[in-house]
Amino acid sequence: MDTTCIMCPMGCALRVEETDGKVVVTGNGCPRGAKYGEAEFLHPERVVTTLLKHERGGVVSVKTDRPIPKSKIGEFLSWAASYRVSGAVATGDALAEDPVGCGATVVATADYEE
Amino acid sequence: MERFDVAVIGGGPAGMAAALAAREKGATVALLERDDRLGGILNQCIHNGFGLHYFGEELTGPEYAKRFRDKVLADAGITVFLEAMVLSLTEDRVVTALSPTKGLVEIEAGAVVLAMGCRERSAGAIALAGTRPAGIYTAGMAQRLCNVEGYLVGKEVVILGSGDIGLIMARRMTSEGAKVKLVAEIMPFSSGLKRNIVQCLNDYDIPLRYSTTVTRVTGKNRLTGVYVAPVGEGLRPDLSREEYIPCDTLLLSVGLIPENDLLTGSRVEMSRVTSGAVVDEYRQTSVPGIFSAGNVLHVHDLVDNVSEEARIAGAAAADYAQGALSAGETLSVTAADGVRYALPQRVHAGEGTVRLYFRVDKVYRGRTVVVTSGGEVIKRKKTLVMAPGEMQYIEVDRALFKGDVSVRTEE
Repeated sequence: MDTTCIMCPMGCALRVEETDGKVVVTGNGCPRGAKYGEAEFLHPERVVTTLLKHERGGVVSVKTDRPIPKSKIGEFLSWAASYRVSGAVATGDALAEDPVGCGATVVATADYEE
Repeated sequence: MERFDVAVIGGGPAGMAAALAAREKGATVALLERDDRLGGILNQCIHNGFGLHYFGEELTGPEYAKRFRDKVLADAGITVFLEAMVLSLTEDRVVTALSPTKGLVEIEAGAVVLAMGCRERSAGAIALAGTRPAGIYTAGMAQRLCNVEGYLVGKEVVILGSGDIGLIMARRMTSEGAKVKLVAEIMPFSSGLKRNIVQCLNDYDIPLRYSTTVTRVTGKNRLTGVYVAPVGEGLRPDLSREEYIPCDTLLLSVGLIPENDLLTGSRVEMSRVTSGAVVDEYRQTSVPGIFSAGNVLHVHDLVDNVSEEARIAGAAAADYAQGALSAGETLSVTAADGVRYALPQRVHAGEGTVRLYFRVDKVYRGRTVVVTSGGEVIKRKKTLVMAPGEMQYIEVDRALFKGDVSVRTEE
């Protein structure tokens, strides 16, 4: 796998390969890059931010309260597209618990007044 | 006429931080915002990554804005004027604004902080060739329509420009079910952050072509497609290699312009490089008592730096209004050898340190930043990498100032 390290502005071009069950990172300029490359290879994760529709119209911006596996992002976005929020929402409110089975709670990042 | 110590024009991140900093100095503050709520563009930036420097944690735009807004609204010493469009500002600091609820408002201020932010370069600004169909948006406009109003502006998208807003919108449109076919960047590098290239484009397999631009658009009522071509010498497109991409939407992320229309005809000295005012280290312009901070002063890449800069301006504006800002001769700060501009452009000698912010003109690896004063080197700093999209700074000791200051790079 080829990727770009985002740990600092250097942006080292990383190559991550698995040989004999061992993950090897090359191209990194420092140890942080090796750690980042290995994590991106074995279990890449992202905090996902998106919008949920409110049943009374309009949208509510949300985020996952922790990073979720990259492989789950598609499933999460499909869930988000079909979900409808109801009632007044305040920033920080938990709107859904673990919708795609990876332990992340969906949290409102803005207020919604009915 | 209402009287305040400090009037802040613009209620985005810069305006809110300036107002709060002025309050900490005991000043009475008027905060004027043309939208119906405080927060500015942060309200539409629903992605995360804000606040790592300022708050030490990762916040989304609305969350970052809320931290300041809650404090502003809880402070009885700040009078907030919403839906207030400032029409004029005089040199003796009379601010005239129009609002649907308060009518014509006149404010006499001891000091003024300009915090109007910037606007996006449009299709006209880049002389986009072809027809004039619907479906051509600036990236920030599409962002507002999507994230605030809840409208998806198109289904098949080409993005011109790889600035951060363009990259963020590539991911956003994809998340909402649109297909982003290409991001075209005229330069051989992106002005966006590395993290955004990785997490907004690569994560979603969205192609980015450097040294490529949109040469013309087609479509009568709605956009039907765009032609793209690689550029050569002098950024001229090679029309023999034009390629047609069918799409219904073109997003433009082609630069920001500080919104300084209020200063047209004023004596505030402007910089031709930043399109903002020329300021000293207090962010005071050439007209005493008028300060400037945030994107209206120069375009920032991190809101954290905007907040930081606006705090300086707000505190100094309060000092000025209370007669406590020391004046005196200033030295000029200029840029050379790879440095496009340095800010502040003027400094006072004295005690303590001052941060000189600057941007380089292209990507440099392993360069040394050199600051001279009166022809003598007063600071050197080795850098690993510097890119035009990432604002740099160097801290210098004001006691070392012996004459005009220059910031440059050397091998």
